[in-house]
Amino acid sequence: MALITAKDLSVGYGGQTVAEHLNFKVNSGDYLCIVGENGSGKSTLVKTLVRLIKPVAGEVKFGDGLMANEIGYLPQHTIVQRDFPASVKEIVLSGCQSRMGLRPFYTGAEKKLAADNMEKMSITNLADKCYRELSGGQQQRVLLARALCATQKMLILDEPVSGLDPKVTAEMYELVAGLNKEGITIVMISHDIKSAVEYADHILHIGNTIFFGSKSEYLQSKAGKIFMMMQSKDPHVGKLV
Amino acid sequence: MSESLFDASDGEQMMDKLSLYFAYPFVRYCVMVGVMIALCSSLLGVTLVLKRYSFIGDGLSHVAFGVMSVAAVLNLSNNMIIVLPGTILAAVLLLKTGQNAKIKGDAAIAMISVGALAFGYLIMNKFSTSSNLSGDVCSTLFGSTSILTLTSREVIICAILSFIVVVVFVLFYNKIFAVTFDETFARSVGTKADAYNLLIAVVIAVIIVLAMNLVGSLLISALVIFPALSSMRIFKTFKSVTVFSAIFSVVCAFLGIIISMLAGTPVGSTIVATDIVAFGICSLIGTLKGGR
Ligand SMILES: Nc1ncnc2c1ncn2[C@@H]1O[C@H](COP(=O)(O)OP(=O)(O)OP(=O)(O)O)[C@@H](O)[C@H]1O
Ligand SMILES: [Mg+2]
Repeated sequence: MALITAKDLSVGYGGQTVAEHLNFKVNSGDYLCIVGENGSGKSTLVKTLVRLIKPVAGEVKFGDGLMANEIGYLPQHTIVQRDFPASVKEIVLSGCQSRMGLRPFYTGAEKKLAADNMEKMSITNLADKCYRELSGGQQQRVLLARALCATQKMLILDEPVSGLDPKVTAEMYELVAGLNKEGITIVMISHDIKSAVEYADHILHIGNTIFFGSKSEYLQSKAGKIFMMMQSKDPHVGKLV
Repeated sequence: MSESLFDASDGEQMMDKLSLYFAYPFVRYCVMVGVMIALCSSLLGVTLVLKRYSFIGDGLSHVAFGVMSVAAVLNLSNNMIIVLPGTILAAVLLLKTGQNAKIKGDAAIAMISVGALAFGYLIMNKFSTSSNLSGDVCSTLFGSTSILTLTSREVIICAILSFIVVVVFVLFYNKIFAVTFDETFARSVGTKADAYNLLIAVVIAVIIVLAMNLVGSLLISALVIFPALSSMRIFKTFKSVTVFSAIFSVVCAFLGIIISMLAGTPVGSTIVATDIVAFGICSLIGTLKGGR
């Protein structure tokens, strides 16, 4: 059984549908990329997957032993107020919160997990730094390490590379690809279709046309061809590649 | 030479005066209660400031004033019985209104708090049997000398409530951090953010009722906000900020009470004045440290 199965899913806010009739599956070990224009409902979809909002219609089924609270989620915008005092260590450790239940303190094993994930993201040297004083790329690594603490199975990343420079973007993609190779299932929203096609094995395209299938199917499909063409005309996207 | 002698004897005089004061139980009670309240009110300061809940704190203190005046009119021997539940109820309501995106949260809170203030004064004015009405109102707003007339029972109630606040805070410290730092992520991993927001609101209500005795309803926000803002000038991690806020608040309250006794100034405003001076010092240290 697939980790996530969406059946005729419609997502939106307060009864207002943003994207509808979505059907897709995420299997263990997959790397799914969600693409689509601005405002097509990509973020709304992943918020539905991590149960931040309820589906408008249809359903999301979790299978293969995946629990809804075992997904590591990286939001598109993490609005951290100016001056919030929080060290990298504190933030990464907070990724273990779902493991605690009502237990008040983190265990040694959880602290070790946080330390390991910081090591994996090469941010160990930043452990005691204030989150607000890090660069955008460093902040994303911190949030990724936090998401890793929350899961051993699946990461859902909402535009993890937005606002990062090309070099850091490439590093980020490599990091995520590495995690996928270790067996973590990846669902990533991306605007950068070239990299999506390079790294992902499945594509979900939402918007005017809806497509779900493997990468090679997508490249053959009409939706894929049009989207690829549009993006390569966009000078801004061109620069990123 | 003569100057230093003068200083020493002056200091000695002060110490004499203080040790004389501390011989009285009511003075010891006052200091104990002051320190306990200061500790509690500082704990949730960071969360309050960062979650934009400070307005709830402000609104609540006015509600507490309204409920307090009802209690005063009813001539209850122990007004905690209705002030505490009343304020907790208001906290829950304010939180719900604040979260409701359809109503302008701030405006609703302003309405409730100003309404409670006006209503409270109205009731006191109309029905109070007290001979010293303006004195009563003034002490509810700015904290009273009543802190100097605490009975041992009041001290015990205060100690119990403070203890509960501290224990709840310590037990839920990690959850409070998670929900304050990033509520979206917390929800995504199944943390019951609503429940913790409610817990925070209830604890705030308890703190406000406690602090009312010390500084009065108009000055409570100062007691909650200054320690947090001051330590955020210097420290950068949640833990260090929390610990320093607690120390800051306790030290300032202690000094404030001592100064107010020596100088004969009102307790509440002296504590707040001490907080402000200490805030200035912390800002200076923060700037020198090359922060902002
Ligand atoms: N909290 C909200 N309440 C109501 N409507 C919302 C909310 N957030 C987003 N929307 C609307 O839902 C639609 C889809 O938004 P969404 O954030 O899912 O788009 P997206 O595909 O992620 O776009 P982008 O590529 O810009 O991130 C938009 O029209 C937006 O206006
Ligand atoms: Mg989005």
